[in-house]
Amino acid sequence: MIAVRLSPTLRALPTLFAVSFAEAVAYRAEFLVWMLSNTMPLIMLALWSAVARDAPVGRFGQKEFVSYFLATFIVRQLTSSWAAWQMNYDIRQGTLALRLLRPIHPMLMFAVENLAAQPMRLLVALPMAVIWLTSVGAAQMPREPLSWALLVAAVLGGWAITFCANFAIGCLAFFMESSIKAMDVWLALYFVFSGYLIPVELFPPAVRAAGDWLPFRYQIGLPVELMTSAHDRAAAVALLWRQWVWVGIMLAGAIALWRKGQQRFAAYGG
Amino acid sequence: MISVRDLSKHYRVHKRPPGLAAAVRSLFHRSYTTVKAVDGITFEVRPGERVGFLGPNGAGKTTTLKVLSGLLHPTGGEVTVDGRVPLRRERDFLTGIMLVTGQKQQLLWDLPPAETFELNRAIYDVPVAEFRQTVAELTELLELGDLITKPSRQLSLGERMKCELAAALIHRPRVLFMDEPTIGLDVSMQAIIRSFIKSYNERRGATILLTSHYMDDVAALCPRVIVIDKGRLSYDGGLDALVRRVRPEKRVVLRLDREVDAAALAQLGRVVTHESAQAVLQVSQDAVNATVTRALATLPVRDLTVENAPLEEVMSELFARSRAARETEEKETAVP
Repeated sequence: MIAVRLSPTLRALPTLFAVSFAEAVAYRAEFLVWMLSNTMPLIMLALWSAVARDAPVGRFGQKEFVSYFLATFIVRQLTSSWAAWQMNYDIRQGTLALRLLRPIHPMLMFAVENLAAQPMRLLVALPMAVIWLTSVGAAQMPREPLSWALLVAAVLGGWAITFCANFAIGCLAFFMESSIKAMDVWLALYFVFSGYLIPVELFPPAVRAAGDWLPFRYQIGLPVELMTSAHDRAAAVALLWRQWVWVGIMLAGAIALWRKGQQRFAAYGG
Repeated sequence: MISVRDLSKHYRVHKRPPGLAAAVRSLFHRSYTTVKAVDGITFEVRPGERVGFLGPNGAGKTTTLKVLSGLLHPTGGEVTVDGRVPLRRERDFLTGIMLVTGQKQQLLWDLPPAETFELNRAIYDVPVAEFRQTVAELTELLELGDLITKPSRQLSLGERMKCELAAALIHRPRVLFMDEPTIGLDVSMQAIIRSFIKSYNERRGATILLTSHYMDDVAALCPRVIVIDKGRLSYDGGLDALVRRVRPEKRVVLRLDREVDAAALAQLGRVVTHESAQAVLQVSQDAVNATVTRALATLPVRDLTVENAPLEEVMSELFARSRAARETEEKETAVP
């Protein structure tokens, strides 16, 4: 493994972000289309609003569904990662070799490349946040600085779980011919259990209890719940604690898979 | 600088015959074979040396370079580069080496090469003053001009290769592994790249291990060559000595004022080629003087040169010999 020397890596970060952002801007049209393809929460918003027209579903009336799914759209933009597809390509094509030659851990490079695209994502997320605030969100948004801090931590945690899951699944391409199908399985579970399609509190109690022990809820559901002030502080802190335990687990898993998988890297064509 | 002891790298490869039935069978049962890409090679390279690493396709050259660069974990043997074990991929190791391949690029496709240079400056932690000096030097030597401000995707293959080389050298690596650096380039661009590699070696004292199928690259750059075939070392030594060993005969190249009989040429030596007023004869080294004297006396010679056999021929003969030797060895081992 690369011996960790913090200072050269830290010094490199601003340039890594700047160049990665320049790359994201170079692909701006493609990137915008991709961002707009994540519009499932808006479809779910229309669907669930129609369902709640006559009577609320649990605590969710029409207004609550609008608020929830607008917040879901925003959180999804801020917590996305595509490292699994990049890694699968790099490992299969051998282009991972170019990353391995550099004295900076490829995991960090992938993370920076994903994070550097956030300003572009904000272009879509910010107008949606304004719509959320002016329509339904103002009454639900966090009021106190500590609640905001918890929300920021939850969004960061959601991104970290998503990224580590992507990285770990990307590493599976070291062991199998392609890890894309594994990512499809992860995404199917993610769509169901994260609160992306249905607020987790609407699940039957047994499914909800199971979902609480899985990582998916902490990718989307928890940040959205904190954004819409769905929990009191004690519950929010407890859930945040669980989320960051998942960050630790996913990070450890991703690093372990990387270490094991890298030994199998064949660098075909690279 | 580079030390390789009994290096081996084996791959486990899934094999299946073509066809639907084989595809279905492979779902339930897979057969694997072990491919010995590198099979116990040993060599040393001293600091500042330029060494050609040669062999036919599939000989194990690129695999060896990838092991030396820390990309592949060897199956067996010991390797050190600049005093470090490559597979540990320590920062000091990675900042001291670079692998340049003619087929894969590190340039950011949609951004100008200058952005990749800047990225590498940051990644390798190169001081800004040194970076500026290096870029100025590389721009001059490689005649990069305004190429570095155009998006990489808009550059021609040769222009991109020049920028690739520049990007690879931003951190002034002490050891340079080059895998087919001139592949696909036109003759003049090959010459520019060759001249640059030589100049970098001389200016920086860098150690260079180079693979190429273009023997002109090898002749121009590598006083020493290491030849491998099917993962095994078949020659390590001077290029001239290799030519003398494999093809000790000399070539007498004749350009004549008029066409002459093949019989007249055959009296002088073995006729390699004979087309109208041009002919190439092969003679033993001892007979060169006598052959030249007789040719000048008996033929209407306009121009005469004495050359070694082309390096391509030398190499293919060497590969053929090592294949034959291996087959004999395998037959002998197979006999109970």
